[in-house]
Amino acid sequence: MPENKPQQVASASVSVDASLTDVAAVAELASLADKKESGSKPRSLGQDAWRELRGSWLFWASGVLLILFVVMAAFPTLFTDVDPRQADLRGHYLAPPNWSHFFQGDWFGYNGQGQSVYARTVHGARASIIVGVCVTIAVTVFGGLVGMLAGYFGGWVDGVLSRVTDIFFGIPLLLGGLTLLQAFTHRTVWTVTLGLATFGWMQIARVMRGAVITQKQADFVTAARALGAGTGRILFRHILPNVLGPVIVVATIALGGYISTEATLSYLGIGLQDPVVSWGVDISAAQSQLRDAPHVLLVPATFLSLTVLAFILLGDAVRDALDPKLR
Amino acid sequence: MGRFVARRLLQMIPVFIGTTLLIFLMVYSLPGDPVKSLFGPKAADPATVERLRHQYGLDKPLLEQYWNYLSGLFKGDFGQSFTGRPVADLMAEAFPVTIRLALLAFAFEVVVGVALGVLTGLKRGKFLDQIVLVLTLVVISIPVFVIGYVTQFLLGLKWKVITPTVQDSMNLGQLMIPAIVLAALSLAYVTRLTRTTVGENLRADYMRTAVAKGLPRKRVIGVHLMRNSLIPVVTFLGTDLGMLMGGAIVTEGIFNIQGVGNTLFRSIQTSEGPTVVGIVTVLVLVYLVSSLVVDLLYAVLDPRIRYA
Repeated sequence: MPENKPQQVASASVSVDASLTDVAAVAELASLADKKESGSKPRSLGQDAWRELRGSWLFWASGVLLILFVVMAAFPTLFTDVDPRQADLRGHYLAPPNWSHFFQGDWFGYNGQGQSVYARTVHGARASIIVGVCVTIAVTVFGGLVGMLAGYFGGWVDGVLSRVTDIFFGIPLLLGGLTLLQAFTHRTVWTVTLGLATFGWMQIARVMRGAVITQKQADFVTAARALGAGTGRILFRHILPNVLGPVIVVATIALGGYISTEATLSYLGIGLQDPVVSWGVDISAAQSQLRDAPHVLLVPATFLSLTVLAFILLGDAVRDALDPKLR
Repeated sequence: MGRFVARRLLQMIPVFIGTTLLIFLMVYSLPGDPVKSLFGPKAADPATVERLRHQYGLDKPLLEQYWNYLSGLFKGDFGQSFTGRPVADLMAEAFPVTIRLALLAFAFEVVVGVALGVLTGLKRGKFLDQIVLVLTLVVISIPVFVIGYVTQFLLGLKWKVITPTVQDSMNLGQLMIPAIVLAALSLAYVTRLTRTTVGENLRADYMRTAVAKGLPRKRVIGVHLMRNSLIPVVTFLGTDLGMLMGGAIVTEGIFNIQGVGNTLFRSIQTSEGPTVVGIVTVLVLVYLVSSLVVDLLYAVLDPRIRYA
């Protein structure tokens, strides 16, 4: 793929007609051609992607945000020493924020229980990020496996696995999660992870299947087979590294979606429950006081949205880096 | 064409049976006794429980219950809810509302989404493009219930442009704002998708040919570019109509719209099995039919695709 890129670029920049001239696009293409030709040693896709990523401000912005939230999830006490469950109804009921008291308990005001909104928001990061990351890992491993088997073996294996994927595709993530989780009266981070993973793996499976079908006809697979490599070795050592790119992109973007869905479930009262501190639980509790104290809802909502945004930006940046077609 | 449709319809049968069976198993085999919950906090009389279980066929093996449900379905009978009303009646009340809401949202998504996508795709890297890109990202990352509450707070409570909740669920004017909230996420996806495919197709050889032939710009963009760029967008839109109807749970809850989402959510909470299964069955049908329509639309958009 990369070898014929400069030619394509050259023909494209010649061909752009006056009526279609898009100066920015041409400049972009030209600079791309320069970049491609100036490198003396051919770079691998991974190195290429890393070079691209280093120059992307989106990557750095999302990276910084993500590190911040992950540190917040791992060590919330670094940010606040106020106990998120400590309630003082008489002193602090729905107290408004003190925007100048940075990192203090009353920075973002207090909620309807007289608890510090700032402390609860900091401590709430953990549940959201654990659910998001665990669901993504579960979904990638399971969906990836299903997609790989379906794509590699084809025939009846593909038939059965693809129908099963279709069946699960018929039930939207939120609806499936609601129905499944309703059965559990006591829900923890792990039950919610299970509920979301059960109805979230299909997209990865489809992406993986498509990628494996393209790759299995490649010469290096035939070569590996001719050298006597077993199915497992071909699948995991030869095909897997070549199909990981699109799967990682889909998984990263989906991670933000899972965090958002977890919050939606908690908001509907069928996700996480008190005493777990989570953004969804807090937003759900704040909805009845929206009129009097919008900050109680808006602060955790902002943090939630920023986390989701960071993951989506990261996924976007990685996709742009891995997929030269879009550059 | 006829044979293709027939084959696709046949392929739908296992998926339909599988999905309804899955939801049936989830609703009825998971812990939580719907009959006992009918009694609320009061102690249940064992004889009455037995009678009710028998009346609803809950004492039979699960697969037999499913079979009875399926055979009832073919006679147009969706069964009876635990409160004694036919599920078909409940759905006849809820679906017209949600169909209005979903179609409004869908229209909004198609018109605004595709228009914005084409505009930004043609002017990649320009100011408008950057603004729209950032805006779509913001919309994608804010969960729907937050968008809903902020809209309700600003438009309904603060500026009093709309009533905070919908008073008449069949009134199209009142459904407008909820429909926009419902459409927001998909709208952002449609915009980004259209922008990407338009941007890609602008560089295609056939575009150069069309311009070189001296075709007017209107025709180059309106026919040559659009027809090719719309294929992935149509795929997305096709699966999205079903999603909009099922995904209305949150939006209908916030704006108090008496549609499918609200009914479904209440039924899930009260283990109202027959209603949940009935509604999901219809939603699955919508999903299956719309994906068939998408496949047929491919042939219209791309003459290279012919169904034998």
